[in-house]
Amino acid sequence: MKRFEIVTGPILVQDIIDKVIRAEAGAVNTFIGTVRELTKGKRTVFLKYEAYIPMAERQLAKIGDEISARWPGSRTAISHRIGSLDISDIAVVIAVSTPHRAEAFDACRYAIERIKEIVPIWKKEHWDNGEMWVGDQLETAAYSKGHPESEEDKND
Amino acid sequence: MIKVLLFAGMQERAGTAELQLDEVRLRISDIKSALEKKYDSPQMFIGCLSAVNEEFADDDTEVSTGDTVAFIPPVSGG
Repeated sequence: MKRFEIVTGPILVQDIIDKVIRAEAGAVNTFIGTVRELTKGKRTVFLKYEAYIPMAERQLAKIGDEISARWPGSRTAISHRIGSLDISDIAVVIAVSTPHRAEAFDACRYAIERIKEIVPIWKKEHWDNGEMWVGDQLETAAYSKGHPESEEDKND
Repeated sequence: MIKVLLFAGMQERAGTAELQLDEVRLRISDIKSALEKKYDSPQMFIGCLSAVNEEFADDDTEVSTGDTVAFIPPVSGG
C-alpha cells in the first residue's frame, strides 16, 4: 500500500483515508483538489496533468517526512492523478491523521502548499479557445531564490 | 551516456521527451548551454529547475555517464 502515489485513474477518497486511519489518531483531515471550470473568467473544458512520476512520488514522500517532523505522531497519504481530467474530477487527495484535530488541519494545508512548490507535476489547461501549461499559480515562475524553498514555513 | 528528460511546455518546444548525450562528464550549466544552442532558444531554461537522479541540483552540479538529468519547468500540481 503506497502512501505517496501518482495514479492514472480515478482516486477513491476512502482508500486514501484508509491508509492513515489508526488507533492512535483522533483526527483525520482530508483535502480534495478538483478541476475547476472557471479561472479568472476563462472556461476550462478539460485539463491534463503530467508528472515526472518517480521524482514526483519521492517528493510527495518527502512532504510526508516533513509533516512527520513538524507534527509528531502524524501519518500522511497523498495520491495525485495525472492524464486527462474533466470538470469536478478529483486531481489530488491528501489525508493526514494526527492524535488531535488542530495538527491534522495544519498539516493537510501544509501538504497542498508544498505540492505546489516542490512536486514535479504540471497542469495544462484546455479552454474552448486555446490551451496553456500553467506555470505560476504561486507566481513563483522564476523561483525567486533559484530553487524551491525547502524549509520555509508556508503554513501561515 | 547522460540521459536528459524534458517536460511540459519545454518538451513540446523541443519536440522530444528524452535526449541522450554522448559525453562522459558535464556540468548542468554546460547541458543548458548546449540545448539552448541546439534549439536556438536562449530563454529555454528561465524559471526552470534541474534535477539529477530525481533530486534537485544546481547549475554547478557535475553529472556523468549513467546519470539522468531532468529539467523541471515551474510546477503546477494540486
